[in-house]
Amino acid sequence: MNTLKEAQAEVIEDFSMYDEWLDKYEYLIDLGHKLEPFPEELKTEDRLIKGCQSRVWLDTAVEGDRLVFRADSDAIITKGIISLLIGVYSGRTAREIAEDDFSFVEQLGLRENLSPTRANGLASMIETIRETARKHC
Amino acid sequence: MQVEKIRQEFPELGERVYGKPLVYLDNAATSQRPLAVVRKWTEMSTKVNSNLHRAVHHLAALATEEYESTRDYVRDYLNAESREEIIFTAGATASINLVAFSFGEAFVRAGDEIIVTEAEHHSNIVPWQMLCERKGATLKVLPVDDRGHLCLDLLPILLTNRTRILCVTHISNVLGLVNPIREIVRICHERGCKVLVDGAQGIVHERVDVRALDCDFYAFSGHKVYAAPGTGVLYGRRELLEQMPPYQGGGEMIGTVRWTGTSYAPLPQKFEAGTQNISGTPTLRPALEMAEAMRAGEVQAAFDSVKLFILNKLQENTKVRLYGIPDSPEEKIPLFSFSVEHSHHADVALILDKMGIAVRSGQMCAEPLMDRFGVTGMLRVSFAPYNTLEEAEYFMKSLERAVKMLEG
Repeated sequence: MNTLKEAQAEVIEDFSMYDEWLDKYEYLIDLGHKLEPFPEELKTEDRLIKGCQSRVWLDTAVEGDRLVFRADSDAIITKGIISLLIGVYSGRTAREIAEDDFSFVEQLGLRENLSPTRANGLASMIETIRETARKHC
Repeated sequence: MQVEKIRQEFPELGERVYGKPLVYLDNAATSQRPLAVVRKWTEMSTKVNSNLHRAVHHLAALATEEYESTRDYVRDYLNAESREEIIFTAGATASINLVAFSFGEAFVRAGDEIIVTEAEHHSNIVPWQMLCERKGATLKVLPVDDRGHLCLDLLPILLTNRTRILCVTHISNVLGLVNPIREIVRICHERGCKVLVDGAQGIVHERVDVRALDCDFYAFSGHKVYAAPGTGVLYGRRELLEQMPPYQGGGEMIGTVRWTGTSYAPLPQKFEAGTQNISGTPTLRPALEMAEAMRAGEVQAAFDSVKLFILNKLQENTKVRLYGIPDSPEEKIPLFSFSVEHSHHADVALILDKMGIAVRSGQMCAEPLMDRFGVTGMLRVSFAPYNTLEEAEYFMKSLERAVKMLEG
């Protein structure tokens, strides 16, 4: 497995290939569609990430010393964003995730290009992943 | 007047977003402001800024004259019987809260009932819930049918001799249907029940005549009808306002203040505690004049064709579910809430934003109505007379493109 920094660099590079924000959205929509199906029975209140305009569920499984994330959302762009995040963080150790500064999200320029409510949602997703990792350290 | 000429009066419409011309279709949230309003606000802030009523100096007299002549203008505009019936507030929400408190204090007792409709904005629900909580009264709800029309046949059944007031929106900010206010008022008055009309959208789309409507209260905001934000009006029937206690204390609402007790100023000052919105309120006049000017001739005709175009396009699209379906086009204002099959409202709004189009998505301050239609939110486009048919066409094309993108 590549390192966390390598995975982040890859996403940044993929994302920077698109100049237009509509194209970036298309990339996110595509990621959203490709995300593996999330079991209906996991769509519970405690897996809902608070603070998103659309609903986002995050499930965490511990496999050995690693955290495996699965996620879903009823909005496809949001689903693309959470897919991008778990693509980077899933399968890594809790310590690795907890110690990351999540600055790669800034480099993507996601926050500035989402509506304020969406940007809050993004912050909530990041916070949930970070908190989950801390709890497992 | 032509639409293109009208657009020159609204500088915001010339703005670009993400390098694209702004297409502003969120007018039901707040309208853009014409230069005449900006000029009046500037004049009030730079030429005649002074506190009202209190001082003898020249500026105070000018400012008071501006403010009070606005009251006369609004009285005349609404065809209210007297100027004492026009209370200036901070907006429709403030107007409704005033009535919920003061009418409640005067007329609502434990065991009484209040009716709101299912189509209300939170601002015409929550103040009444708070009143019911305070007084031990019961809140009843008049439902809407699947097409978004009020179930008027249920009204006589809901009304009892304990019903004190019915609160209804003139035009719902979600459904865009003009409610039959006169009919509702007639039924309510026969049973001795008063009627408050939330006119936040209504004031924008027709020349409101409170005596013709025969309602007891009519509330609206300035900022949705081209005036400065933080302005608003409450029309109230004088005999009711006279019997209602003040809502807030202080400022010019007093008669005399003694430690042994305070008397209150007569109407309308009784309900205008604190320093008034000196600069903002006088903008109501140029704003309502603009609303009136745009409801005539060529501009109105163009506006009607925009409405018909969108109504037809949305209704013929099989993926679109429109909320608030009119029996005839006259019944609907150019405000369309809808959802698109398999596309989340927040996603569509986000993509449209990148195309330069401002729309609303979400619950639109009407959660009970979202529940009624079984959705987590909707998309809404609301047009003003300064929106063009080209903008409407661009919106429809962009919507199709956004939906295609989202389907992947």
